[in-house]
Amino acid sequence: MRTKIIIFFIILNFNIVDAKTFLIDSNKVFKNLRCLICQGQSIADSNSEFAQTIKLIVRDQIKDGKSEKEIYDFLIEKYGEWIVYKPPLNKVNFLLWLLPYLAFVTGGGIIFLLLKKRYNH
Amino acid sequence: MQKKIIKLFILLLIVFVIGVFFISLNKHSIYDTRSLIGQKITDIRLDHFSKNKTITGEDLSKNNFTLINFWASWCKPCRDEHSILLKLNREKNLKLLGVNVKDKKNNALKFLNDLGNPYDELARDELGKHSVNFGIYGVPESILINKDLIIIKKFIGPISKNDYEYIKNTVRK
Repeated sequence: MRTKIIIFFIILNFNIVDAKTFLIDSNKVFKNLRCLICQGQSIADSNSEFAQTIKLIVRDQIKDGKSEKEIYDFLIEKYGEWIVYKPPLNKVNFLLWLLPYLAFVTGGGIIFLLLKKRYNH
Repeated sequence: MQKKIIKLFILLLIVFVIGVFFISLNKHSIYDTRSLIGQKITDIRLDHFSKNKTITGEDLSKNNFTLINFWASWCKPCRDEHSILLKLNREKNLKLLGVNVKDKKNNALKFLNDLGNPYDELARDELGKHSVNFGIYGVPESILINKDLIIIKKFIGPISKNDYEYIKNTVRK
């Protein structure tokens, strides 16, 4: 009896962990997907027909064991890059990704030069 | 020298900011279907509306041109485009595949009985999941494909008279 109870709790624990992981992953994906027929809403925030369908698709793909990237790639293929909030790095938008780092390095350089000049004086 | 570098940097920054604004403001941020033209539709699997069979890409590749029309009985614009679909049904080179999306079977049948059935084949997508494979985000939407399953044009919203002319001229070429 004792062993059965222990096995029951172990299985229950696995199921809870599984359900939790599934929920967290799908919500994360929903938040990074844009509702194409809404005004500034993500799939997670919208209850539109479109959002509901995409939620079903994402859940199905997670169940099928697809990775986050595979899900995004599938939806980008069907709806274009506009559907994801965080665009993938490519030759069109590389500047968007590099600019913060460039600004950081250039700003640091200017501050360094100004400080150096002040120190020399 | 340093001042010159700073001035040049500021100037470049201003040019860059203006450039970014110019490009961003001229860019269409709404969903655009232009990128879909020329793409091949793969993995077509649609449940037949009444028969126990699946409509696949192989079935569609038998037609010279296919217009896949996504519709529902609860959709008002679908009603508006229906007369045009009936006219398109007369085109010899074109087959019409209707995909009934997120609809009740009885309502869909009543819609077709009342307004006429323009479709050569009718499929059903109860949850709208198969429509995602076609890049559909609402009804009505239509996709004109050739026998190689390449998208020639995608029509968002009801088919207009201009769209009708375009389809007619394309399939008669």
